[in-house]
Amino acid sequence: MARQALVKINPKDYKKGDLIRVDSVIMHPMDTGLVKDKESGKYIAAHYITNVEVYYGDEKITWMDLYGSVSANPFISFYVKATKTAPLKIVWKDNKGEVTEKVIDIKVD
Amino acid sequence: MNRRDFLKTTSLAAVSTAVLGSAVFKNLSAAELTDSPPPKKPFDEALKEITGGKPVSDSDKVKLIAPEIAENGAVVPVTVEVELPVEQVKAIHILADKNWNAKTMSVYFTPANGKAYISTRIRLAETMNVVAVVQLADGSFIKAQKPVKVTIGGCG
Repeated sequence: MARQALVKINPKDYKKGDLIRVDSVIMHPMDTGLVKDKESGKYIAAHYITNVEVYYGDEKITWMDLYGSVSANPFISFYVKATKTAPLKIVWKDNKGEVTEKVIDIKVD
Repeated sequence: MNRRDFLKTTSLAAVSTAVLGSAVFKNLSAAELTDSPPPKKPFDEALKEITGGKPVSDSDKVKLIAPEIAENGAVVPVTVEVELPVEQVKAIHILADKNWNAKTMSVYFTPANGKAYISTRIRLAETMNVVAVVQLADGSFIKAQKPVKVTIGGCG
């Protein structure tokens, strides 16, 4: 099941060569595996995003390893240099194999 | 249909949806349970995994922005920026020194980023230092750290 994700770029007006900030949020519980279930006394199994990859066109421009101590619904913001018209694709993968993708278009003259 | 019948059927419907609804909700919220927590990874071990035992020097080139006092440890905004050309920066590692797993996030950069910058939100279990370790392209490591006071812990 693909999760809900949101990607925004800032500023919206950019020219070729400008640095643009990409803000992304994905809805994910990010269970650390340390929280106990009140009824059974057992631990709620760890379920968190482990990898985020960012592709600009065909090029993988940045990637991240995440661990359990990133907040629920992880917000990640980074910069990209707008050098070409190409889709910017963000891929989130979690430790249970769920994959979510989100694509936005970057257009430069 | 008279008024009495109408009330009967609608109340029945309401009750059944409520019961069904709670059952569905319970199913959704029922996460997988395990007997043991994940393995603990203290700060020293986490740092060693990142640096491979190499020395890490403090540097004012690493700008770590985090609040001095975080009321809610579950959501602590952290921003790390390196004031060096992005070509010289390989990765930023964010660590929280007293968390169960001190490793929080590792971000790897390429020149296409234009700027070595990451902003995110992390969890802190208690009052502790947030450490940003920066891996440079020449293989050396620099860092910055900041103590964050936490009023309510965020790791459960």
